Amino acid sequence: MNKLLPLTLGLAVSFASAAVAQEVTIGVTLGATGPGASLGIHYKNAFQLMPKTAGGLPVKFIILEDNTDPTAAAKNARKLITEDKVDAIMGSVSVPSTTQVAMIANETKTPMIALSPVALPPDKREWIFTVPQPVPLMMSAVVEHMKAHGVKTVGYIGFSDSWGDLVLSSLKQFAEPAGIKIVTDERYARADTSVTGQVIKILGANPDAVVVGGSGTGGALPQIGLVERGYKKQIYHNHGTANREFIKVGGKSVEGAIAPTGALLVPEELPADNPLKPVATDFINSYEKAFGAGTRNGFAGYSYDGFKLLDAAVADAAKKAKPGTPEFRQALRDSLENVKNVVGTHGVYNMTPTDHTGLDNRARVLVRVDNGAWRLLK
Amino acid sequence: MNLSLALWLTQDAVVNGAVYALLALALIVVYTVTRVIFVPQGEFISFAALSLATLQNGKVPGTVHLLIATGLVVAVLDGWRMAKTRDFSRLPRLVLFNIALPLAVAALAWWSASRPTDVWLQVLVTLGIVIPFGSMIYRLAYQPLASASILVLLIVSVAVHYMMVGLGLVFFGGEGLRASIFPGFNFDVGILTISLQSIGIVLSSVVLMVVLWLYFGYTVYGKALRATAMNRIGSRLVGISTEFSGKLSFTLAALIGAISGILIAPITTVYYDTGFLIALKGFVGAIIGGMGSYPIAAVGSLLVGFLESYSSFWASSFKESIIFTLIIPVLLWRSLGKHRIEEEEEE
Repeated sequence: MNKLLPLTLGLAVSFASAAVAQEVTIGVTLGATGPGASLGIHYKNAFQLMPKTAGGLPVKFIILEDNTDPTAAAKNARKLITEDKVDAIMGSVSVPSTTQVAMIANETKTPMIALSPVALPPDKREWIFTVPQPVPLMMSAVVEHMKAHGVKTVGYIGFSDSWGDLVLSSLKQFAEPAGIKIVTDERYARADTSVTGQVIKILGANPDAVVVGGSGTGGALPQIGLVERGYKKQIYHNHGTANREFIKVGGKSVEGAIAPTGALLVPEELPADNPLKPVATDFINSYEKAFGAGTRNGFAGYSYDGFKLLDAAVADAAKKAKPGTPEFRQALRDSLENVKNVVGTHGVYNMTPTDHTGLDNRARVLVRVDNGAWRLLK
Repeated sequence: MNLSLALWLTQDAVVNGAVYALLALALIVVYTVTRVIFVPQGEFISFAALSLATLQNGKVPGTVHLLIATGLVVAVLDGWRMAKTRDFSRLPRLVLFNIALPLAVAALAWWSASRPTDVWLQVLVTLGIVIPFGSMIYRLAYQPLASASILVLLIVSVAVHYMMVGLGLVFFGGEGLRASIFPGFNFDVGILTISLQSIGIVLSSVVLMVVLWLYFGYTVYGKALRATAMNRIGSRLVGISTEFSGKLSFTLAALIGAISGILIAPITTVYYDTGFLIALKGFVGAIIGGMGSYPIAAVGSLLVGFLESYSSFWASSFKESIIFTLIIPVLLWRSLGKHRIEEEEEE
């Protein structure tokens, strides 16, 4: 029933505030079903916790479901932009879906907050602002840790999809300059019943460490396979894996696994002077209050940070034009490009015309599974 | 490739192949008896594996509620039919199977959820939850259309598949779960480490196949199913109810799906949509058997297992492509031969 709530709320809000002229409309397309469901549900949940105003103006969310299907996401984006005349669009859960939405946002000149990475060249990102940490930023933390611990060779096993490719290419980007050799490129699918073949191949190469390019509970299968077959060296994951379910599924086998993630997962363990600490703690508290203890995850934080960016940009844009007009959308885009020091749950955002993500090293920490929970690695 | 590698991969292939073989058998039973290409076969796997894992987490799985609701719908529909014909002789049976049984399973599930260590009880409850779905799904989705064309039945199958996957997401959430049946017990044979789980899988598959063989060869019900498979009208003339055969074959399919689900739950992470892909590989095995021959399908499934295991070693990124490309030469070869069941089946 939880899933229907944001929709009904959105509807109720839309009826109640139809008379209000100065209202910002934000269109959202997310996949809480389909292959991205495990992330999408969290993304969607966060919208139940959103404030009622953005930049001092009342805000209305129109949330549509795209089943993690790029075609449906594109259809939703068109509908939101042409029929509902949204001032900004947010979405979606997977890289292909988000990319589809981004292309439409560019074409229609609608500011977009991308909630997952986008596969577009930099010159096609004029209207796109990305919330999640770029994969290279995260993998650079992993490589730094490898370097500090004398890792010379690394085996890779990842999803046989664009996520697996993205993690591998980011790993390569930093591993090669650091003198770390990637000795295997194995692939598997989330629904596979076994990864024996891939694991044996990695064991044959006997690398100093293994990087898993899976996400969520999908990251557990290779680690369980490796540990079962007696691999004792360090296994690294990526930020798609750092959630509670991963540990639940992996049990003892995933003890000691290291993953990069946003500060959001372990706000209690951050030093007191970290600017993210209060924001992340507040968000986690209200999220866990609404959805149960231990439900914390990075994805809900992306939705929230995306809203924070809009929140910071709207006030400025509203001075130049009225919401619902092309001028407002242009002003909102310009203003988004110049937001400074927006403290979110994942990092501190400083947008520039050349950097539409605006995150720095503060947006990543390494965590390790320690006695069945993710703990900050100091 | 040395001997130990080959042995490792072979072990993996046999374990996976055994599961695919079971599913291939289920698909063939259903297809030959009812002409339904049973796409939702895989959902029984997910439902069983996830129900088991949920019970182990000390919760009552949502599938229990679905079972009660589906049973009620069936009872109402059949009860209405009885009221129209004023023939209430089967009423006790109807109530027993569609209302009493689901409620009993629910009570057992509730009790079992409070005993997270009692594995056999959980397995029993899981079987109790999943198996009745077989005949209920047949009653609701296929029985009214029993004489429709294969294509219509296939489309219905796809619809049922999507419904069950969607419900699976509602019941179990998007993240995967794992169950454990036997404790992590491994023993070494030469260079191989064999887990109790994998022996359990292969043994259960072999036992189930032998039981099915005996069932089809030596029992009245089994023979009735075979008769329906050979000639639907002829078997009706000698007093075999098509409806009953349909329900029985779907119950068998559900039983096989449930057992496969319980078998794989401890060796891999199962998601609400995992079953589909596993059943699809079983389907490749069934295709190799021409959707008609059990032994060839079993061998074909084993072949799929080997292909999967070895291709995951040599070219893991192309694994699925390699497995599913197998269908093309098989179909070519099949279409050159004279065995074309589809045509025989047209009435």
